[in-house]
Amino acid sequence: MTLLSYAKAMNRALSDALEADPAVCVFGEDVGAGLAGLTPGLQRRFGAGRVVDVPLSEQAFTSAGIGAALNGMRPVIELQIPSLLFLVFEQLANQAHKFPLMTGGQARVPLTVVVPGSGSRSGWAGQHSDHPYGLFAHVGIKTLAPATPTDAYGLLSSAIADDDPVVLFAPAGALAVREDVTAPLAPVPIGAARIHRAGTDVTVVAVGHLVHQAVAVAEELADEVSVEVLDPRTLYPLDRSALVESLRRTGRLVVVDDSNRFAGFAAEVLAVAAEECRLLAPPLRVTRPDGAVLPFAPALDRALQPGAEQLRDAVRAVLK
Amino acid sequence: MSLPHLTDPAGRYRAMRLIRSFEELALEWVRSGLVVGGTHPYIGQEAVAVGVCAALDPADQLTSTHRGHGHVLAKGADPGRLLAELLGRVGGLNGGRGGSMHAADFSLGILGANGIVGAGAPIAVGSAWAAQQRGEPTVVASFFGDGALNQGVLLEALNLASIWRAPVVFVCENNGYATTLPAAAAVGGSACGRAAAFGIPAETVDGMDVEAVRAAAERAVQRARAGGGPSFLECLTYRFEAHHTMERRFRLSYRTAAEVASWRERDPLATGLPEAARIDREVAELLSAAAEFALASAEPDPATATDHLYASGLRPRSGAAL
Repeated sequence: MTLLSYAKAMNRALSDALEADPAVCVFGEDVGAGLAGLTPGLQRRFGAGRVVDVPLSEQAFTSAGIGAALNGMRPVIELQIPSLLFLVFEQLANQAHKFPLMTGGQARVPLTVVVPGSGSRSGWAGQHSDHPYGLFAHVGIKTLAPATPTDAYGLLSSAIADDDPVVLFAPAGALAVREDVTAPLAPVPIGAARIHRAGTDVTVVAVGHLVHQAVAVAEELADEVSVEVLDPRTLYPLDRSALVESLRRTGRLVVVDDSNRFAGFAAEVLAVAAEECRLLAPPLRVTRPDGAVLPFAPALDRALQPGAEQLRDAVRAVLK
Repeated sequence: MSLPHLTDPAGRYRAMRLIRSFEELALEWVRSGLVVGGTHPYIGQEAVAVGVCAALDPADQLTSTHRGHGHVLAKGADPGRLLAELLGRVGGLNGGRGGSMHAADFSLGILGANGIVGAGAPIAVGSAWAAQQRGEPTVVASFFGDGALNQGVLLEALNLASIWRAPVVFVCENNGYATTLPAAAAVGGSACGRAAAFGIPAETVDGMDVEAVRAAAERAVQRARAGGGPSFLECLTYRFEAHHTMERRFRLSYRTAAEVASWRERDPLATGLPEAARIDREVAELLSAAAEFALASAEPDPATATDHLYASGLRPRSGAAL
């Protein structure tokens, strides 16, 4: 039995992509040393010209990634903490995403941004704990949040092969997940959801690390309710048909989403359900509060994140 | 092999005249309502675009600014297709999707004008880095104004270019004003001082003299091509017209008539070239054919408004309720 860790899966996806295509390169802070856990060994294997340690200049090296992408490369940018996405929002939302349309189809920007450790890592406080996938999904950038090592491998591989900019959020809460891998690792298509557990009474749509929490809650409640756990994996573009099919079976919906509530990802899932399905009960969301900023003290940090107990309560509430 | 249309003084004069006449026509079209959204006129700054591009090869690239028509034309873009772009027609350089501020022609190495001040510089560095990695001799010229000197990302780009010895020529078009704010009130230290701080050779040149700009640009391009890394040129120039065509509505008075007049006396087109009159006539004919092409180009079909949103072909969901 080989247990594959989440970080090792991403490392392998990067390594396989670098091996397969000379246009693939990695830009990031401390990627040579592999500080964030994704890139150990890659610089030694592929050289400092392809796995590039960059100065602390997120805006410039993200834009340089865009320029390299415009000139035939397929750069992967590693941002060590999610809040750095706020610094490079201009580069991703206003440059990378807009180039193909604004140039009338002349340009493509095959750029992948990987954020290892998005969301709370307990004790990292206000500026290191955001999980801002909703911003990117809203803008229209392909937005991924794999929950398992095999999905991390598969989605990162697909992101690198994609001709558009993609942001991949590796949730801090999923990095410790290990998986017994028997089948060969393979790309996972962007835009395809995954049902982790089949059920007939309630669909729980869970994002990233919360998939594992949702499966645990579903098992726990197995005697009283049959819960289906659907992991969108790709937040944008959303696999609407998988969602709608699941809701046709169950008629009830709870979304558990570790980002802010207002105009967040969960709101979009509810809107799709309301527009396209006839539900048996009003759908519910379990999220961070509106406009949340995570406090430092561990008990306060946890208090703002979607918890198993809230999910249990929500599942029971939609059954009534 | 340098750009074939800019190899001699007559060619360079022709390019400057083309930019001037193009801009005059664009102004006319803005005033008549034919061009919506307006433009940022380049009139007065022609020597910079032409002087720099005269030092480039066809395979070299550039990034441009919101005031980009001059750079795009100097690199060789078709004036008819640029006019069609200003009109938002399908025959435009970008199929009418970009307009004045985003004109691009990737086949000519024009990586796009950019609506965000300073944003093109790090893109230029990245493209130059990519070429360098593949062992290609490409040089990338990155144009920006004095306003961009205060954008953090530009300073970050200078640093990256310096440590990577990227083949980039940074071209600061110092026209004295960031919209209405005088450079003297905005730029601490100096333009060249900023480049020097990153170990990048920098020089200030007369941006009203196309030959002076060309000579400096050739030194910079040769350095880049030889592996010597980036250079920085500060071109002292002036825009004779407003920051944007919308400015007319506001009766702004941030510069004196005397100041404008004194710069107009140094018009870069006053070269005294003997064949100027003949070239002017040729350019007028060229431009009238270009205008005819642009005006005859079709309006885009509204059903294609989201075409090209994704290079991968992903189609967005409609915004309509049903």
